[in-house]
Amino acid sequence: MSALSIRAVKKSYGDLVALDGVSLEVEQGEFFGLLGPNGAGKTTLISSMAGLCTPNSGTIEVMGHDVQKDFRMARRQLGVVPQELVFDPFFTVRETLTFQSGYFGLNKNDDWIDEIMANLDLTNKANANMRSLSGGMKRRVLVAQALVHRPPVIILDEPTAGVDVELRQSLWQFISRLNQAGHTIVLTTHYLEEAESLCGRIAMLKQGRVVALDTTQNLLAKHRPPGMPPKLLGDDGAADLEAVFVKIMAESK
Amino acid sequence: MEQVKPLIPVNALPEASIQSGFFALFRKEVRRFYSVAFQTVAAPILTAVLYLLIFGHVLASSPKIYGYEYASFLIPGLVMMSILQNAFANTSSSLIQSKITGNLVFILLAPLSHIEFFAAYVSAAMIRGLSVGFGVFMVTIWFAKIPFAAPIWIFIFALLGSALLGSMGLIAGIWADKFDQLAASQNFIIMPATMLSGVFYSIHSLPGFWLTVSHFNPFFYMIDGFRYGFFGDSDVSPYHSLLVLLICMSLVSWLALSMLKKGYKLRH
Repeated sequence: MSALSIRAVKKSYGDLVALDGVSLEVEQGEFFGLLGPNGAGKTTLISSMAGLCTPNSGTIEVMGHDVQKDFRMARRQLGVVPQELVFDPFFTVRETLTFQSGYFGLNKNDDWIDEIMANLDLTNKANANMRSLSGGMKRRVLVAQALVHRPPVIILDEPTAGVDVELRQSLWQFISRLNQAGHTIVLTTHYLEEAESLCGRIAMLKQGRVVALDTTQNLLAKHRPPGMPPKLLGDDGAADLEAVFVKIMAESK
Repeated sequence: MEQVKPLIPVNALPEASIQSGFFALFRKEVRRFYSVAFQTVAAPILTAVLYLLIFGHVLASSPKIYGYEYASFLIPGLVMMSILQNAFANTSSSLIQSKITGNLVFILLAPLSHIEFFAAYVSAAMIRGLSVGFGVFMVTIWFAKIPFAAPIWIFIFALLGSALLGSMGLIAGIWADKFDQLAASQNFIIMPATMLSGVFYSIHSLPGFWLTVSHFNPFFYMIDGFRYGFFGDSDVSPYHSLLVLLICMSLVSWLALSMLKKGYKLRH
């Protein structure tokens, strides 16, 4: 059983085609990258997986559960870190996490909530109101909210956009530990060096279509831009994937 | 160096099951209004007391209604009006705030059914409406003699009225895209409908045309049935009022549940 099974998903908003027949399989335990320029359809695809939007056609399954027909089990298996920095200004960090856990029916979840807070360096802010937190701290809470029910599949939609180096490091350490413990991770990011160092497989989207799908290693090997010998690309991983990304986007119509 | 505790592997975790998120959402909604209780509970109580002081004084010499002084007649109406307006305000303001700030996504990502969503929001709205109503009653009871002829009707109409307005607030909160639209529904529909429902007068004191119009206002039946519980007397039979209220509740609940199930203006 795949962690995520996306088959021929189409989604339009009026004349705008956001997803144009996307098909993907993400296996359990993978660290999977979903890359693409702005407007490629990444967030629409994530929203479709999370049930925040309904595709016009096609099916999506999370751990074998259809996100429309069996939405409760599908959502129980999925944790999503949204791209926008949103929060509820009425509550403290601990209250936010406790309520979020409760929405999943987990009312005695304090040990795990404490562990998430410790890993994301939120323990000393547990009783602080969400309004009083810095942007980076709010981002940490967003990540924590997605993890309160310990979902087997975790989707991170640009989780490091605009955050400092310290959070990025602690976040990736924690996410890597979750991946090592068997969690499937799907990551979208514009920081291609992060994708290259973390993701075992990558899909690239452009204008709602998958234009590349392979292991990170194969993508780097197959799509070296012409005229650039491997020795020039070998040491600097960031340059590698960035060059490959630019080439694939330019080649795909 | 701090020892990092290994995480329990995913396949060793207990199998995921669906447990209700209703109580968490209900607690969150109650906690939300309680954390700003001055604004959500104390302020409407003060407003109702001011109505009583002003209208009670100005109309003190009015003829007795159901054999009681005007202030006695007015108090149950003010209590019910407060219940209705605050139940509506709770669901509508919570939803529009969550929609506009974007934090509704945390509820939409959870495996809550549309029934749990509806029940949690409406129950919390009932708690707020009834809290304000109880507060208004406790403050105003000292100003006039209030009988309790048929208390069961008081509870029935308070519960059903707050549930109906909580459901209407849910619909308004889902429908409205901005605060302005919500304020319009509150100020141009809910406020006039409650104020013109017989809170401040018996509809039998109205001229024929307006008496007829009042019978098309569902808020009139809520106020009138609620008042029956105090005086044992009302403009129409409490059974008639209850029937109207149940029909309204069925229609509004069906509409709210349909909107939630479809994800109208919530999921795209």
